[in-house]
Amino acid sequence: MASADVSTRPGGAAAIGPSSAMARHAGESRSSSLIWPRLWHNPRVVASSLVLLIIVAVAVFAPWLTPQDPMQMDSSARLQGPSAEHRLGTDEYGRDLLSRIILGSRTSIVVAVLSVAAATVVGTIFGLVGSYFGGIWEVATMRSVDVLLTFPPILLAIAVVAFVGPSLPNLIGVIALLYMPRFARIAHGAGLQVKQREFVEAARVLGAGTPRILWLAVLPNILAPIFVQISLSLGFAILLESGLSFLGLGTPPPEPSWGNMVGVARGYMRQSGWFVLWPSLAISLTILCFNTLGDGLRDSLDPRLKQ
Amino acid sequence: MVAYTIRRLLQAFALIFVVATLVALFIHAIPGDPVYVILGENNVTPERVAAVRRDLGLDRPVPVQYAEWIGAVARGDFGKSLISGRPIAGDLALRLPRTLELVLVSTLLSVLVGVPLGVVAATNRNRLPDLAVSTLTLIGVSAPVFVVGTLLVLVIGVQWGILPAAGYVPFRENPIEHIQHLILPCVALATLETAILQRMTRSSMLEVLAEDYVRTARAKGLAGRVVVYGHALRNALIPVLTIIGVQIGSALGGTVLVELIFNWPGLSSYLVTGINQRDYPVVQAVVLLIAALFILLNLLTDLCYAVVDPRIRYG
Repeated sequence: MASADVSTRPGGAAAIGPSSAMARHAGESRSSSLIWPRLWHNPRVVASSLVLLIIVAVAVFAPWLTPQDPMQMDSSARLQGPSAEHRLGTDEYGRDLLSRIILGSRTSIVVAVLSVAAATVVGTIFGLVGSYFGGIWEVATMRSVDVLLTFPPILLAIAVVAFVGPSLPNLIGVIALLYMPRFARIAHGAGLQVKQREFVEAARVLGAGTPRILWLAVLPNILAPIFVQISLSLGFAILLESGLSFLGLGTPPPEPSWGNMVGVARGYMRQSGWFVLWPSLAISLTILCFNTLGDGLRDSLDPRLKQ
Repeated sequence: MVAYTIRRLLQAFALIFVVATLVALFIHAIPGDPVYVILGENNVTPERVAAVRRDLGLDRPVPVQYAEWIGAVARGDFGKSLISGRPIAGDLALRLPRTLELVLVSTLLSVLVGVPLGVVAATNRNRLPDLAVSTLTLIGVSAPVFVVGTLLVLVIGVQWGILPAAGYVPFRENPIEHIQHLILPCVALATLETAILQRMTRSSMLEVLAEDYVRTARAKGLAGRVVVYGHALRNALIPVLTIIGVQIGSALGGTVLVELIFNWPGLSSYLVTGINQRDYPVVQAVVLLIAALFILLNLLTDLCYAVVDPRIRYG
């Protein structure tokens, strides 16, 4: 079911069927000295990495960067437009929007990074174990991945959160669960290719244990596709976190998150358009950068896919 | 092809069964006693607890509950809503066409806009039209559907007031108003799909335009237009068309957010209301129905692939 893979990927066109692209990749060791110059000469990669670095820095240092207290209410200054005092205006309780956007970046980045990290580790292990051992292991890992892919991502997330309740750990767990299959597919496809190669056999002949073979011989050969997928998945994780928060099923208020800000601002659109505009821009810009970085990484790491 | 189709059909039904099992077990995943969660803190009396427990079948052993639920669902009986007391199947039948209308119209829209834009970009590769269109679609794939929807409501519905910001009017009551209410949600849903189709068409066209037979067609003196539309586009569209099933599936997921934004009384808004009211039978029914639709769409897509590319059937 390569199809389900595509549906969940706003990353788009060139990204169809990662496993097949990956498969071609597998087993080809490219020294890092060849990859880096190529990345640095891709202006899209450089530009989007720079913006992402700034966003991550803002998220890390958020408490020191907010010009005002993001929780400070002011009933005399509700739903204002940008002014000297409030650079981006204020929300429905008169709280400073710039400060809340800055603090909200934390939620998005933390949720995205932790969930994608978990998805990467679990998915890669699933895929490698399934492909390397084959048989019942392969059936168990890949069929469970198939089941996860039968739900539209947002629907599965909503269903799970509806029953276990919205909280930050639940949110991270759900997003990790949703994006694990992509990594499992990539690792599975690449693992199948690599395990037949001579160097894996050589390692086995030399007496290396299975974990050691997987770690030292197989894993390094599938890193490139996994990096591309990490970048794209980070964008989707932010998309999903904000979508769930928008529905009121993600980050619980009063903690600011870009998604729940858009959700709340929707109710005040007649009074203030600024309130809904800023968090929308923040979400879109961040996802744009992750998508661009993912596309650029793919072009650089696998020139044959370059359009 | 017949053997392949049968195999895939069986797989699809097995998957739907697995999903139904998961959905049936959802209610046991609620932390604490679901009956108290449903009733809330203030409404707990022994009689009401017993009544809800009986309605949900929670007073019987889990395997019995499971078997009865699966059996009822197989007969098209999804039970009754805990809030309205109406049979859920009736509400589903009423709301499913509304959701499908959004999905199909937005898919049609994305094909009509996305494919021509892809052709324009490919035939003007790296020139101004390509850069302009490709920049637009990069924004299109990055802006979340709820952001696009909310901004459409803000600008077109509220500030300009050209189209109704939200709501639904049945077609039989007033066809013109029905279509007016349909436009914004469909545009919101179609944005992402259009962008993806544009990117696919562009890359597929570029690949085909580099083929030998295109060069041959040009070399024998055919007009550029004939080469592009007669030779290249027809072949470039094959991978694009097979992706449309996937597009429909992802639009189905997008309706969850779009129906809420535009107050569209379809399946997904039924789901969100069900979640907010802790109407678990409704949530189970809608999740199962959408997942089943999604599985069947994926099946159709894979069958299309198999028709186009025989290697898949025998793989």
